[in-house]
Amino acid sequence: MEKVRHFAKKVWMFLYQFRYFFAKLGISILTLCAVVILSFVLIVNMPGTVIDSFAMQLSIQRRIPLEQAMILAKQMLNYDPDSSLFSRFVVYLQQLLHGNLGISIKNNAKSVNIILKELLPRTLFVSSISLAISFFLGTFLGSRTTWKRNSVGSKILDGYIVTSNAIPDYIFALIIITVFAFNLGWFPNQGAYDAMILPGFNLPFILSLFFYATLPIMAYVFSQLSFWSMQMQGSALGVLGEDYINAAKARGIPKRIIVRKYLKRNAMLPLVTQLAISFGVMFGGAPLMESIFNYPGIGQAFSQAIVERDYYVVQGILLFVSVIVIGVNLFADTIYSFIDPRIRRSS
Amino acid sequence: MENVGGRSKKILLGIFVKLKKFFSSLFKVFFGNKLSGMGTSILVFFILLGIIGPYIFPYSTSISMEDQLLAPSFIHPFGTDLWGRDIFRQIVAGTSDVLSIAFLAAIFSVVLALVLGMFSGIVGGFFDKFIMFVTNVFLTIPSLPVFLILAAIFTVDNAVTFAIILSIFSWAGMCRSIRAQIISLKERDFIQICKVMKMSKGHIIFKELLPNVGSYILINFIIVMKNAITGSVGLMLLGVASFEPTNWGAILTSAKNNGALINPHSYMWLFAPILCIAIFQLGVIILSKGLDDTLNPRLRVM
Repeated sequence: MEKVRHFAKKVWMFLYQFRYFFAKLGISILTLCAVVILSFVLIVNMPGTVIDSFAMQLSIQRRIPLEQAMILAKQMLNYDPDSSLFSRFVVYLQQLLHGNLGISIKNNAKSVNIILKELLPRTLFVSSISLAISFFLGTFLGSRTTWKRNSVGSKILDGYIVTSNAIPDYIFALIIITVFAFNLGWFPNQGAYDAMILPGFNLPFILSLFFYATLPIMAYVFSQLSFWSMQMQGSALGVLGEDYINAAKARGIPKRIIVRKYLKRNAMLPLVTQLAISFGVMFGGAPLMESIFNYPGIGQAFSQAIVERDYYVVQGILLFVSVIVIGVNLFADTIYSFIDPRIRRSS
Repeated sequence: MENVGGRSKKILLGIFVKLKKFFSSLFKVFFGNKLSGMGTSILVFFILLGIIGPYIFPYSTSISMEDQLLAPSFIHPFGTDLWGRDIFRQIVAGTSDVLSIAFLAAIFSVVLALVLGMFSGIVGGFFDKFIMFVTNVFLTIPSLPVFLILAAIFTVDNAVTFAIILSIFSWAGMCRSIRAQIISLKERDFIQICKVMKMSKGHIIFKELLPNVGSYILINFIIVMKNAITGSVGLMLLGVASFEPTNWGAILTSAKNNGALINPHSYMWLFAPILCIAIFQLGVIILSKGLDDTLNPRLRVM
């Protein structure tokens, strides 16, 4: 008995260490529930004519009578307007828990899972590359300009930050697609790769992937770079006042090394959480950017589905993107306390 | 009689002095330094353009195919569009639209954030926790997809619905920081003294707490305006919000959809609204920076 109690206490102590993690996990799960309810509301508010037109489409495609097609359509979509709201919600949840995000009602009843599987890698490709470029370049510029605050470079950076805040990212995207794709013709204006090249793991294909992603990456980097350099400047300004920087200066350590090893490393810590959040922001902003560049990713599929009123695709992509964003946020919150011991002690 | 006249004169003088004080302090806030002066001038210019502009440069929707895609000239400062209509006049006609959406969105989100943030900061307890959870949800859900969905569910056809949709996602962050400020203010000495002196709750809230978050609210009001314009133009570009055809976003969208990206003759059609949006946003950013410098002097030391 004593042993059991001791063990239980130990388990409790172990779990108690992670109490903040559990609190955050709980909040994440509740947020997820809110998203699920939102997407369910979207489906419930769907006008009935949507089902009718879907059934028409089915009856033409499969050469079956309209009544049969109607029954089939309702089965395929799990759509049952006669049953109660609660039982519809239960069915909806069941489908979600089976990993079934629904099917497209406009695009040949293609499953949303397949749409996501096809398009997710492209969105991930563009957003992760541009995030990496803007993060490393931005933190570099930010720490440099904080160190030499009155130099010409920092004035230029300030000017750039204000301009890029004033011009929304999608408008910058419009400008560069006009100049580089339509006017100069250096870059393609749509698509993710050259249709003439056989997709596969070969050099020409990979090069064409990068070539087609250049303009979207440029647009993302333009808007993200100012954010990172601004954040880095703010964070580095705080670090600059710390005693260890003064001590390093007094010890005669070269400035280059102070910037690189003392200033930058310490100032970068709080930005790691931001990294995850901005990944989410990029994912959320993808509909606009991708539809301007005609880049076939999740975002473009989403905005197209909105315009076509393809309700199931909309809720499927919304759910998927929200799960990613929520998960990434949770991950960032958790990992932050491990990489920065100061936070762990104070919380 | 003389006496009465003297008294009324005195009252008038008092009102005059107070008004003068009010306006001079307002002037000091908005023209306090170079940045805020520039920002305010840009903002006032656009407001005047929105109010008086349509009377000076009336816009007619009549189509004339001879004037198709004219280059900028004295009569048409920004040239003409595909249907021969003057772009400058379109932009002037759309200014009030853009501004009213931005102002309304800023008002809605600031009021919501202020009421909920102050309430949860003052009351605390379960209510506080609940509101913090709600803000957390709004901060984590990706906003643009939900904007899109909302814009698709409610047909956006007037400034008020548009502003409501835009403000749904901009209040949460503000609400959190107002709450944090209220909580830290509550522990300060001057509030404690007010409590000891048994001053009324209304006095503490409106006379002591509110002025202290005032500068934060003013600056955020301006930032929300900027975000509302960004969001509204984005929604129009995606074609979910059909709105007044003279709105800058709508001009941009119609230019984009009618081949202005490809045709060099219609670049002015594309770049005129972009230029206006950029200048307006620039003014707003400069103003918020300038206000930050004047209202939060501790930042100046850094």
